[in-house]
Amino acid sequence: MQVSITINGSTQTHDVEPRTLLVHYIREHAQLTGTNIGCDTSSCGACTIHLDGEAAKSCTILAAQADGGKVTTIEGLSRNGEMHPMQKAFMENHGLQCGYCTPGMVMAAIGLLNENPKPTDEEVRLGLEGNLCRCTGYHNIVKSVLAAANK
Amino acid sequence: MSITQERTNSVIGQRMLRREDPALLTGEAKFTNDLAIPGALHLAVLRSPYAHARIKSIDVADARTMPGVVAIYTGKDLHSTWAAPMPCAWPVTPDMKNPAHFPLALDKVCYVGDGVAAVLATSETASRDALDAIDVIYEPLQAVTDLEVALSDKTIIHEAIGTNKSYTWNLKVEGTEGAVDAAFKSAAYTVSERYVQQRLLPMAMEPRAVAAVPQPFGGDITLYSATQVPHILKVMTAITLGIPEHQVRVVAPSVGGGFGSKLDVYAEELLCVALARKHGAPVRWVEERSENTQATIHGRGQIQFVELAADKNGKLTAVRVRLIGDMGAYLQLVTPGVPLLGAFLYAGVYDLPLAYDFSCTSVFTTMTPTDAYRGAGRPEATYAIEVAMDALARKMKVDPYELRKRNYIKKEQFPYTAFSGLTYDSGDHLAAAEKAMSHADYTNLRKKQATQNVAGARKRLGIGMTSYFEMCGLAPSRVLASLNYGAGGWESATVRVLPTSKVQVVTGTSPHGQGHETSWAMIAAEKLGIPPEDVDVLHSDTAIAPLGLDTYGSRSLAVGGVAIAGACDKVIDKARLIAAHQLECAAEDLEFAQGTFTVKGSPDKAVPIAAIAFAAFTAHNLPDGVEPNLEAQYTHDPKNFSWPFGTHICIVEVDTETGKVDVLKYIAVDDCGNQINPLIVEGQVHGGVVQGLAQALYEEAVYDEDGNLKTSNLAEYLVPAACDVPPITTDFTVTPSPTNQLGVKGIGEAGTIGSASTVMNAVIDALTGLGVTTLDMPASPNNVWKAIQAAQGGK
Repeated sequence: MQVSITINGSTQTHDVEPRTLLVHYIREHAQLTGTNIGCDTSSCGACTIHLDGEAAKSCTILAAQADGGKVTTIEGLSRNGEMHPMQKAFMENHGLQCGYCTPGMVMAAIGLLNENPKPTDEEVRLGLEGNLCRCTGYHNIVKSVLAAANK
Repeated sequence: MSITQERTNSVIGQRMLRREDPALLTGEAKFTNDLAIPGALHLAVLRSPYAHARIKSIDVADARTMPGVVAIYTGKDLHSTWAAPMPCAWPVTPDMKNPAHFPLALDKVCYVGDGVAAVLATSETASRDALDAIDVIYEPLQAVTDLEVALSDKTIIHEAIGTNKSYTWNLKVEGTEGAVDAAFKSAAYTVSERYVQQRLLPMAMEPRAVAAVPQPFGGDITLYSATQVPHILKVMTAITLGIPEHQVRVVAPSVGGGFGSKLDVYAEELLCVALARKHGAPVRWVEERSENTQATIHGRGQIQFVELAADKNGKLTAVRVRLIGDMGAYLQLVTPGVPLLGAFLYAGVYDLPLAYDFSCTSVFTTMTPTDAYRGAGRPEATYAIEVAMDALARKMKVDPYELRKRNYIKKEQFPYTAFSGLTYDSGDHLAAAEKAMSHADYTNLRKKQATQNVAGARKRLGIGMTSYFEMCGLAPSRVLASLNYGAGGWESATVRVLPTSKVQVVTGTSPHGQGHETSWAMIAAEKLGIPPEDVDVLHSDTAIAPLGLDTYGSRSLAVGGVAIAGACDKVIDKARLIAAHQLECAAEDLEFAQGTFTVKGSPDKAVPIAAIAFAAFTAHNLPDGVEPNLEAQYTHDPKNFSWPFGTHICIVEVDTETGKVDVLKYIAVDDCGNQINPLIVEGQVHGGVVQGLAQALYEEAVYDEDGNLKTSNLAEYLVPAACDVPPITTDFTVTPSPTNQLGVKGIGEAGTIGSASTVMNAVIDALTGLGVTTLDMPASPNNVWKAIQAAQGGK
């Protein structure tokens, strides 16, 4: 079936199997591999993107459901060669180590601040509950999100 | 360079942001499964649903006709492909039993997840769809999941070796014959404890992925893999498949965490290479998470019997340890060695006389093989001694910190030759502990606890501590030889000053989150007196960095980083000869600082290393006997392990009605000697602490009695999220290592080594008033509640 999605501002149409998940559409058809896959139970959040402005795990959505939608992936955050303030905050606060959960974590963190621009430490921790990281112990991730919120 | 950190204009010691981050933060970084490989066939592996069964028949006829399927292989089909079984590099005893283990099972499967057949298809979905159409008839056999039952040999897993016991390894040190028994006989206090180190799933966020790209006419093959050990993998691939080693290139692209689980040689790596060669086409494989829980190694898996003897003041007089180690179904790369890595640490940071008796018996079970997982043997050992120390303190009715102070090896005793003959390089346990105590406000905290934990109180405060030693920086090659390890412990570095004075550092370490590119550039910049931005770090590709022993065991800085400093010294030595020639002076009359050679006493006679690099490149005017180009390779074989140490404190509140544990505060005071980049050091501690805390409170690989893994995905296996863990207070003391020129020690595993026992001591401490004296990990609400009920005896 034909599925058209606007990804990072460019509309693309691909012929996909009906069972294709949005994450596979993004990675395999749109060839944007910044969005990672870390599980098969929608638990880890590594594949978090923005669909029509809201953070969503792209493994929980069929590509067909996103037909006609607007998706932003990690590749679509920077502007004029400058990283997004959240990306910068992660860099400045050592909010990543191996970097595998990072694209999803950054997308989720931006979604969190869209809903709650001045969260507390605890609200950040609860807000990122759906995104797992195995390297950082979350300490510097929380610090990064709080720093981005205070910019 | 001196080993103090009080120099000016120093690059080392700065909180430099990581150069790795922009690529990782923007999606530009390529992990193995991100690589575009045109024409690749996709491998999928059919896995056993039985823990223990004979394979009666495999029917692949239907699967072979499915769309996109190119070929299907069983273990028998591929048996002649293997020149050797899958490698175990650590035969810990001459009589160790190691059953032959091939990438696909032959007649029998020995754990749920054991590979049975391989499908090659034109897409990943086609390869996985075909798995369902393969018809395997199994004759199920008795699963063996209990270590003590396994030891009874009631059900033999590998008939060819006739027993489930792999080996027994002993370390007995006595000043005089019978010293341990005598110490226990005359002890004023003894404790005898049994602890279980539950199996853990490493759960690196990137599952494993492999791609093998052959050159059908040249015979060369490139193996891309999400591995920590490209160099070891290259050698082992060559040996296992009988390919000349120089025709194998291994590349580890961006790797999404490892924690030991990617320190291995896996069936899927060998299958991809074998099938790529057979088909003359690239073959790739990516692991699903629920496959990862079965097909990637597990960690821990030990039963520990620990006995301490102490005199009337609580001074330790002997330690006796008996372990049963769970090897799982087969021996992977270093499976049998994991308990040995802890074997020297069961006396912890304490001054013990020559009265130590350690023995480990390791046994096969019908579960996923175990292997090194963050800390590998050392968190287990630290847990045993530190939880047992608290048990001793309770028995003596002394404060657990007071008991530790009576036993710490003192600062002035370093370098300290331990009972084992190993030398602890440097340390100041009391200083680290005092710093941690001051963060905790320990005295007042104990008062608060006494006020809160009164009879009938629902929420109980608990305080736990651990003082640890980490034996890391693996490792002096001669020591590894004495432990029968199959390789050395050195690390290689090449430093190359390019004609334009930019520098390439080539390292044999293979990072997967540790920020080596940033830290290694800082070391070279410091040594050569140039900006770190001028240094590029090359790694993780055996064609670019042919020599190396990779990244594990907190070795990268203490061995690999020191190798870079050594290579810089050789570069400087060569540059000095050229500078002396140019300045027409004797080499020994030159001093080198801030990147410039200056004639002593004549500051106007100077030449920067940049000019020397260009002169070495043009080679127009070099002194006789000096080769063109400015490059040096250095291999560092450490003289000793490095011995980071520290004290951690955890404060918890336990709800005695629900069993829920809340961590109120976690304090980590660590000492890893000089720090290259404190930002990265803190990050390593944060992550390490949470991995140990997760063992204490959340994680456990649970098998049912039929050998099914019940926690087989991330919905069932509780990797903590941000809301499940506390902020971590980190602080440091700095006691440089005297055994390497940078004064550094490792830090990758320290957090994990110190934290599980710290959290468990806190939980048990909270419940002491209710009669709880022992508690198995994880301290889940269910386990805590049950322990309270048992201790209350139905009251």
